[in-house]
Amino acid sequence: MYVVDLKGKNGIVFGVANEHSIAWAIAKMLHGAGARLTITYQNERFGERVSQMTESMKDVHLIECDVSKDESIEAAFDDVKREYGNLDLVLHSVAYANKDDLKGEFSKTTRSSFLMSLDISAYSLIPIVKHAAPLMERGGSIVTMTFQASERVFPGYNVMGTAKAALENEVRQLASEFGWRNIRVNAISAGPLETLASRGIYGFLTMRSIHAEKAPLKRNVTHEEVAKTALFLCSDLSSGITGSVIPVDAGYHIMAL
Amino acid sequence: MATVFERVRKIVVDRLGVEESAVVPEASFTEDLEADSLDLVDLILAFQDEFSTENNPVEISDEDAESLVRVVDAISYLKNHGVTDD
Repeated sequence: MYVVDLKGKNGIVFGVANEHSIAWAIAKMLHGAGARLTITYQNERFGERVSQMTESMKDVHLIECDVSKDESIEAAFDDVKREYGNLDLVLHSVAYANKDDLKGEFSKTTRSSFLMSLDISAYSLIPIVKHAAPLMERGGSIVTMTFQASERVFPGYNVMGTAKAALENEVRQLASEFGWRNIRVNAISAGPLETLASRGIYGFLTMRSIHAEKAPLKRNVTHEEVAKTALFLCSDLSSGITGSVIPVDAGYHIMAL
Repeated sequence: MATVFERVRKIVVDRLGVEESAVVPEASFTEDLEADSLDLVDLILAFQDEFSTENNPVEISDEDAESLVRVVDAISYLKNHGVTDD
């Protein structure tokens, strides 16, 4: 474990589906630093696995939350308020696109699947921050996960790139809105990590090997490296940082060729 | 000590929540064991974790993953990629 003390901090995590989830790597890191965590799972399908995964962890509270439903988000924060009173940390690591939209031509994206991906992957951060902010009376840190496809084209990433562009814009607007209350909002732009979601992108492994080949560090990043950056963003070490998109990608983003 | 089949079967039972007796070599993941697309990715990741070793990482490409239709396909794939019965 790293020498960052989050004892006395309360957090809520969105986006744990299984052991490969980025949210899980981050949750373990925050928990290891002493934070009390509420971990949400999307529905019963994931509930059983997430409860197995968290069985041996102290001070972890599990609740179901479907971020595509306002009432579900509201209920999650009601729960947090009852449990903790105060909230310090939020991790948003949620994205969705139809598998069929994650290959082939971007121009074939349908209206309904566009709306669904943007709804779950980008919009969801807004109501989450809206509900979190009133509970962050002593300030707080909100972290979301993005990907460089927000700015540059990764064939196959398609509509999810649009969603990440929207998400990064939200990070800036939310950071501006809540900064006066010392609530910081940042995004981590991670290099390709193998997860249940990312393996839904056709050609993911090729994308990952190109990253490793081109990145200055000549390798891919790990879940743990992303989690360490999240730990930094959730701690006082990053007290001067808000509205930022921080690349954790072995340097890939600086390369043109 | 377990055979590749036994290790695959354990993963399938664990990830799909099916009875051990249903996981026979000829069983189709989607048709007989009712896996959906998310379950299939979950299985692929679980196979990689279970069967990768430091000297022999198992990385199942999208194309190969699509060819793993039945339990026996997974077993053959793994055996063809350096995994052996213990």
